[in-house]
Amino acid sequence: MSLVRAEVAVVGAGPAGLSAACRAAEAGCTVAVLDEGFAEGGQIWRHLVAPPPAEARPWIERFRASGAKLLSGAAVFEASGKEGDWHLAAERGGKRLDVRAERLVLASGARELLLPFPGWTLPGVTGAGGLQALYKGGWKVSGRRVVLAGSGPLLLAVASGLAEAGAEIVCVAEQAPGSALAGFGLRLLARPGKLLEGIRYRATLGPRFRTGWWVASAEGKGEAGLTSVALTDGARTETLRCDALGISYGLVPNTELARWLGARVTGGAIAADAGQRTSVAGLLAAGEACGVAGADVALAEGQLAGLSAAGAAADPAAAAARDRGRALASAMARAFALRPEVRRPPPPGTVVCRCEDVRAEELDASWKVRQAKLYTRVGMGACQGRVCVAALAAMLGWDADTVRSPLKPVPLSVLLSEE
Amino acid sequence: MAEPIHILVDGRELAVAPGQSLAAALLGAGVTAFRTSVCGEPRGPVCGMGVCHECRVTVDGAPQRRACLELVREGMEVATR
Repeated sequence: MSLVRAEVAVVGAGPAGLSAACRAAEAGCTVAVLDEGFAEGGQIWRHLVAPPPAEARPWIERFRASGAKLLSGAAVFEASGKEGDWHLAAERGGKRLDVRAERLVLASGARELLLPFPGWTLPGVTGAGGLQALYKGGWKVSGRRVVLAGSGPLLLAVASGLAEAGAEIVCVAEQAPGSALAGFGLRLLARPGKLLEGIRYRATLGPRFRTGWWVASAEGKGEAGLTSVALTDGARTETLRCDALGISYGLVPNTELARWLGARVTGGAIAADAGQRTSVAGLLAAGEACGVAGADVALAEGQLAGLSAAGAAADPAAAAARDRGRALASAMARAFALRPEVRRPPPPGTVVCRCEDVRAEELDASWKVRQAKLYTRVGMGACQGRVCVAALAAMLGWDADTVRSPLKPVPLSVLLSEE
Repeated sequence: MAEPIHILVDGRELAVAPGQSLAAALLGAGVTAFRTSVCGEPRGPVCGMGVCHECRVTVDGAPQRRACLELVREGMEVATR
């Protein structure tokens, strides 16, 4: 057990959390940042065996010079309190860590939206971002035959990185029709960074990049896992041999902690005002958790949240960057809207809830999520519905159920130990 | 490349590169099934970032550890399935 006290606590060390911590610490506050990962950077700036990406380095250096304290490997499982006296409990290395702070910034990021299809539980089928996280974690992908499918600019960004690491990109299948994406590339050209690299990389793929195609099923057997994937455009089906399939249908904001603390959530994202204040006093939020809009917006919102948490004046440049980025994100969300065929519940026999092995035919679309949980145990396993309930929300329009503590599964020894 | 370190996976000693995640090391060693699902299906890593819990293994006797959030350490003992 250990206790850390700070004026400002930040949950998440991605672009939003780091920039919030920098601004609050530079304004004179003591700052503690809790993050579940190995190092600064969150998912988008993930780095382990290789150095962090160039765009991350200035922020990581600034963070390290700011005096803010990083508590990595810390999974927050309990939160309580109010402005002036927030209390977080986390599991860190199998032990309990407590943090007390006056103001709290939620920069909890987003996770991938994974939609079930026959074969998606085979070893070898991962999230597209998941595949990226694994190779950035040291998994050698050279020579592997990879298919990426789903929707959004992340697919191309991941493909580009995998190709650089020596993987053979067999196909990148974007479910959105080409017509929806036309003209969109031009708007992206105004933006630097990974997204643009992905768009450039698209040209090198040639016919291996397809629009209007999606996954019908994945085939494989037992432990050997994935052997091929069947793609379809609704009329034709084509089977491609591969050893890795990365899927991504967009991102889902992580709002569990915000909802647990009573903050207002609208449209699946934490609601925040111009100063990144949530509906709860002393509780701020920034980045993807407030709606998926990318790293530039996360950096802008993080700075605004950090300044608010420190009681300092807002930075007009950051506010302008946020508003610009949010407008682009809305356009992007429209361009990559999921087609009905992709959102349709999968055929009978397909596992929907991977933790409890609940299959599609066990669920009734007319239920509410609470009923479904009680009848079938869907969403009641280790991931606490983060995968399947998000998928059911996208497929059936189900609302998320209420959040309960512990917010992450933790060993009983940690749960029962006292501050 | 740095000197490999050694981990024990289901009683089998593996030489792996240091500094990587346990999930990456296991995949690199050809381990595809990390856990067995409620219905007995083999499962491996999916999200790579601690969300899905599909990569759960036992590490040094501690059950249900997410392999994607563990770093490999010399002498680490891992049990899958």
